[in-house]
Amino acid sequence: MDPAPRPLKVVGAYALFVGLALVALGVLFRAYGVAPLEAYRVFLSVLGDPLGLAEVARRAIPLLLIGSGLALAFRVGFFNIGAEGQLLLGAVGATYAALFLPPGPWTLPLMFLLGGALGGVWAGLAAWLRARFGASEILVTLMQNYLAYYLVVYLVAGPWKGRTAFGFLYTDPFPEAARLPVLPGTLVHWPTLLLGAVAALVLHVLLFRTPWGFEWRVLGENPLAAWYLGLDAGRLLLRVGLISGALAGLAGVGEVAGIHHKLLEPAQVSLGYGFTAILVAWLARGGPGYVLLTAPLLGVVLAGGDALKLAFSMPFRVVDVTSGLLLLALIGAEAASRHRLVWRR
Amino acid sequence: MLRLENITKRFGPIVANDRISLEVRAGEVLALLGENGAGKTTLVSLLYGLYAPDEGRILLEGRPVQIPSPKAAQALGIALVPQHPELIEAHTVAENLALGLDLPFLLPRRALVRRLKALLAGHPLGVDLEAPVHLLSAGEKQRVEILRALLAKPKVLILDEPTSVLTPQEAEGLFQEIARYKAMGLAVIFISHKLDEVLRVADRIAVLRGGRKVGEVPREKADRDLLVRLMVGREVEPPRLGFPPGKRPLLEVRDLFVPRRGVPVQGVSFVLWEGEILGVAGVAGSGQKELVEALAGLRPYRGEVRFLGAPLPRDPARLHALGVAHIPEDRAMGVVGTMSVAENLALRRYARFARRGFLSRRAMEEKASELIRRFGIRAPSPRTPVRFLSGGNVQKVILARELGEGARLVLAMHPTYGVDVGAAEEVHRLLLDLAEGGAAVLLVSEDLDEILALSHRVAALYQGRMVGPLPREEVGLERLGAMMTGGRA
Repeated sequence: MDPAPRPLKVVGAYALFVGLALVALGVLFRAYGVAPLEAYRVFLSVLGDPLGLAEVARRAIPLLLIGSGLALAFRVGFFNIGAEGQLLLGAVGATYAALFLPPGPWTLPLMFLLGGALGGVWAGLAAWLRARFGASEILVTLMQNYLAYYLVVYLVAGPWKGRTAFGFLYTDPFPEAARLPVLPGTLVHWPTLLLGAVAALVLHVLLFRTPWGFEWRVLGENPLAAWYLGLDAGRLLLRVGLISGALAGLAGVGEVAGIHHKLLEPAQVSLGYGFTAILVAWLARGGPGYVLLTAPLLGVVLAGGDALKLAFSMPFRVVDVTSGLLLLALIGAEAASRHRLVWRR
Repeated sequence: MLRLENITKRFGPIVANDRISLEVRAGEVLALLGENGAGKTTLVSLLYGLYAPDEGRILLEGRPVQIPSPKAAQALGIALVPQHPELIEAHTVAENLALGLDLPFLLPRRALVRRLKALLAGHPLGVDLEAPVHLLSAGEKQRVEILRALLAKPKVLILDEPTSVLTPQEAEGLFQEIARYKAMGLAVIFISHKLDEVLRVADRIAVLRGGRKVGEVPREKADRDLLVRLMVGREVEPPRLGFPPGKRPLLEVRDLFVPRRGVPVQGVSFVLWEGEILGVAGVAGSGQKELVEALAGLRPYRGEVRFLGAPLPRDPARLHALGVAHIPEDRAMGVVGTMSVAENLALRRYARFARRGFLSRRAMEEKASELIRRFGIRAPSPRTPVRFLSGGNVQKVILARELGEGARLVLAMHPTYGVDVGAAEEVHRLLLDLAEGGAAVLLVSEDLDEILALSHRVAALYQGRMVGPLPREEVGLERLGAMMTGGRA
């Protein structure tokens, strides 16, 4: 193990693995009938024009919110992999406030409040089960994903099904008061983006500069020492569960209030942000603030895939393989840079 | 047989081995003597392929060799017996021994035992090959490690602090075994910080200090004083004794029961006076850990415990505020390795460094610098992560934090375990100073010399019950041994 690799080694490992992924992708593109160099160009074109960058930003918003919460949670040793479900519950809370409470200037704040609260409670439940009964939060949050998924399916197909939706599964559109402002001509709901950036910074300061964070780090790095000091591990876990769940919930609010303007089938609400954010958090190496770098990075991967889809009318299966390979390369590079590499003949 | 030339190894800012050159010949025992943090363990890790040296080279039988992994070390004929046995507890001795061997995929148990016996012909086994490892004593486990090392037919055998887990009798047996390996032509590297045993087994003694080799003497020319001077760089004072403890009871324990699977604490009663050091001996696992952890607020217990007349709280944070210090049995429990020295020194008092809700790193580091100076902690800076420090210095970090500010009751569990002569002596002086200042110390240790050198009264735990305490003058080594093993004073 090499817990503190030199920067050069990290850069080298990333270059190596991303290079390998590009070679593999080249083969894939060639097989599909697209010139690899052309495909790379299109993929990276998202960085070159304003619309492409807006697309990256749109994808980075939920990753930023969820990723910073997860970076904190992982650091404290709370392995919340249920952000997908917490995001969905946030969307449910937002939808309730948007459709069933009287609209007004209070609607958007109320949506964030309710969505964040639902997401927080959803993750807090797993934290409480761990603190009280020692239940593995990995399993609990994973299973909660399915509960949240089918809750949303039930709502959009049943009681909340829109009067205008006919055969489709979604709710009525949100009133104007429940829609987030966007940067003109894009889908970038900037209030949520701002929220995400602030969350990453605040959590970073909280973790490294406050007594709460001090206790969290002790618990995460050495639970035995936390016991020795008499720290209340249950309370610390609950706190971190609530925070990471609430942030995922806020991400869900942003997706429905900023982009869809209604609640739809779960797979369309989230696009797997809750899982991709695990990678965002992991690449941030335990510092919530570093999510400000890693979330846009993965935003590029996702948006670049979209660009390929549009430019070559590639089927989503091919595009998913593209993102998958790149994400795998990032994981591999991160793992490799934390290990000693020994060359042997 | 094995030669090191100018070996240097750095970990970040710390130079763990600084241009060390050594040689060990076939049929010879080379002792590596040094305080904790002198670089012994690093040197072993380099020889065993756990790290690669930054500079210098290693020669085996005259040829330069690379040792990229433990497997390579074994292939070259270098075997290591680790300080703490690394065995699979649930498996039998034979299965553990079989792990390193090239064996057919299907092998019945009996055939395995037969085969092992054939491979180990000429070595006394000393343990039952079919016994599960978790039932063995520490000494027997080490025996298994040694047998495993011998199975590889090594040329160089490295023993890393082999006696730290052994009783005196077991250690004596080990020394006789080492003499046998010598006769067989093995080159033995014996690592220790205990002078007497080094003088007992070594042919040549190399002394490390601060990562450098500060001396190398043949056995005939070595004596205690010379080695201590080399090792510590200064004279060690013998601890003093003989101040009378105060007349006020500081801690009163009556009918203490601590439940646990195995050996619980059963009805222990004693009084600890102001200024008193009460030594508690006992065979490992007799309830010492449970006793200390109960008093430290970490385990539920029944019974009456009073501190200065009031009931003792059961919460570590409140205990600390009252001046109850707890030096834990396991160093790893007392620190957070990835956090800095300053943060570890503030582990109990971090809240005090909050300014308007934010922790002041500067205030924390200033306080740390003061403690680092006062307790002689060897750390490059207050910001160094604790995991870069040696075991002895980690222990000093714990002591500085626990004893640094007005400790009135010290619950000390093996305070000098794995700590070198110099540091141990400092710890002893610290405890004596505290007691002289009116604090009381409950000293739980497996080092009987330590208990007898420091304590006003001596007790033993035997199967969860306390034998004694008796005044120090009435207890000798033999009587203490009987208290530990027979349960009678």
